[in-house]
Amino acid sequence: MKITRTNILNGLNSTFITLLVLAILVIFLSPFAFMVFTSLKTQDQISVIGAPIWPAAPSTFDYNGKALEVYTVPANTCVGSDPADTSTVDLGIFKKGRQESIFVDPNNLDRGEFTCKVSYRALERPWKFSPTWSNYTEVWETIEFPKLLWNTFMYAVLSNVGVIISCTLVAYGFSRFRFPGRDFLFVLLISTIFLPGTVTVIPQFAFFQKIGWVGTWLPLIVPTFFANAYDVFLMRQYFMTLPRELDEAAMIDGAGPFRVLFSVILPQSYPVLMAVTVFHIVYAWNDYFGPLIYLSTNRENWPISIALSTFNGIYGQKPQLIQAGALMTLILPLILFFVAQRFFVQGIVVTGVEK
Amino acid sequence: MFEQLSNLPKLPSLSSIRKMSALTRREMYLGLGFLSPWIIGFLVFTVIPLVASLVFSFMDLKITDGIFTSPKFVGLQNYVDMVQDPQVWSTGATKGSMWITVKFGLLALPVGIFLPLLLALLMNNKNLKGQNFFRSMFYMPYIVPFVASVFLWGGMLNPETGWINRALMELGMPKESLPTWANDINWVYPSYVIMGIWGVGNAMLIMLAGLQGVPTELYDAAQMDGANPWQTFWNVTFPMISPVIFYNLVLSVVGLFQYFLVPLVVNNGTGRPGGATLFYNLYLYKTFFVYQDMAYGSTLAWVLFAVILVVTVALFSTAKYWVYYAGDSRS
Repeated sequence: MKITRTNILNGLNSTFITLLVLAILVIFLSPFAFMVFTSLKTQDQISVIGAPIWPAAPSTFDYNGKALEVYTVPANTCVGSDPADTSTVDLGIFKKGRQESIFVDPNNLDRGEFTCKVSYRALERPWKFSPTWSNYTEVWETIEFPKLLWNTFMYAVLSNVGVIISCTLVAYGFSRFRFPGRDFLFVLLISTIFLPGTVTVIPQFAFFQKIGWVGTWLPLIVPTFFANAYDVFLMRQYFMTLPRELDEAAMIDGAGPFRVLFSVILPQSYPVLMAVTVFHIVYAWNDYFGPLIYLSTNRENWPISIALSTFNGIYGQKPQLIQAGALMTLILPLILFFVAQRFFVQGIVVTGVEK
Repeated sequence: MFEQLSNLPKLPSLSSIRKMSALTRREMYLGLGFLSPWIIGFLVFTVIPLVASLVFSFMDLKITDGIFTSPKFVGLQNYVDMVQDPQVWSTGATKGSMWITVKFGLLALPVGIFLPLLLALLMNNKNLKGQNFFRSMFYMPYIVPFVASVFLWGGMLNPETGWINRALMELGMPKESLPTWANDINWVYPSYVIMGIWGVGNAMLIMLAGLQGVPTELYDAAQMDGANPWQTFWNVTFPMISPVIFYNLVLSVVGLFQYFLVPLVVNNGTGRPGGATLFYNLYLYKTFFVYQDMAYGSTLAWVLFAVILVVTVALFSTAKYWVYYAGDSRS
């Protein structure tokens, strides 16, 4: 490329805008760093004002089998030092005193125990990197994490089976059959997206309570077998892009409508089935309101989101445990996202932009 | 997705169905058969509950009462109570839950529309390197579980240990004037908006896809006509992406009227600080799930439904003035 004024300007422009967006992104994602750092801190570090933002502990130094606290001492206060020396030195404290304390130098043990004329209380302690992994084991044990994981996983998988079966059938009906009233029904389906869930939840709850399903997973899983607007829309849009010639060829060979669905349509529909699956699994994993109303009373069936929401009450004063719990909750959806990003991106674009 | 809603197709007449040939009739039965999971679900989980909650709203009914054994109809009593309920409508200085919901909505709605639009415009800039990377990264927090993201941002906003106040202090703000965020009646709504900021990814992706769908010829033509960037945005970009803005606007409005999960998780639904977070839907939730008043809960639900319906219909009626559907034969 020739170096011209326009090229240079474009290059500068490009650098500027990329750095700007990068800066916004760093701020936007900073809570992740906050979460990781906080989740590895000790309770002590959190309550100390002026402690570093990364997980750290005050340094100690092992001296003849004894852990000495390390302090930052002005070098010229110590015996046998140059009075003009204004530097500081990190020393292990051997004997604490208000007027003078006895120290050892971790980097110069030959110097032995020596006195510095300082009050140890006026000194600062250097911090060193020290992650507290035990926060995670503590959360893991108190909330019985494996059971929560199993409950959430079962909910996600079973309800996904319902979504895939029902939405495939309904989307096939909308995309491959022509009959009067079909378009009316399709608009009715789409309009349910606006319907405030609030207005149907009370009778639904009363009904599920009447038949004894409250406290079980059934009120959350059974309705998924009756299709939903978003996923039907996504699948119908995809089915409509598949050429009808293949259907017709199969029908001439004597295939019935189910045969066409299973042997012609579904084998070509891997991308949309994946998109619906990843959307639904993330939805189920993150679902809070459904489990809140149907499962609050039965701790045995709690999913991860409900267990985490109780943390504010129990661990209000222990942010390190709240953040460790949050990380354990979000790690799986995050991994799923990075593995299956393109399905997320394409799926959302279809629901938002297509007609 | 919503374009069809403004142009409702007609239901077929019975006589036209009677006149069908055997073959088209067979196709109709098959089609309806495939739709049947949704039709049954729509009746059982939407239509019947919708009617049932309307019926409940005219009764005196606790969840422990038998619905069919001894129905006590009280006419419009619940609606009369509702009109006078100080928890719903403001009385003097005490703010009602409807006022709280609308006030918060008016703060959160512009953020929910303009922030994703701004991000999408930035991301659509042809000089930006690594567009796909940024697109994924800005979307990514959207999939973080709701409770976890509330705790993450709640931690960031913690007055003592959070990074936001720490950053404000680094920037030279004196310690006394730092906001206490969710604990302060004046800062609690902005705090909730911040806690919800990770929800922008979805709208951003949709708006970006809308921007990428604008034909480049239109920009070339605008340039030839000597349009400045601002004119290009208002006369080319905005009309072309107005359908996706409309889609997000309607969904945001419907969602904001029902807002209550954040105060439920953050303050356990207590309305702290000072009753400022007793949102309408939170009041409804407590009426039913805590006080077990099924009739009054249904009344609150139907009033909310009616309000949302009126606002949504009003939004749809404005659509013909500013939402432009390309390739729309009705023009």
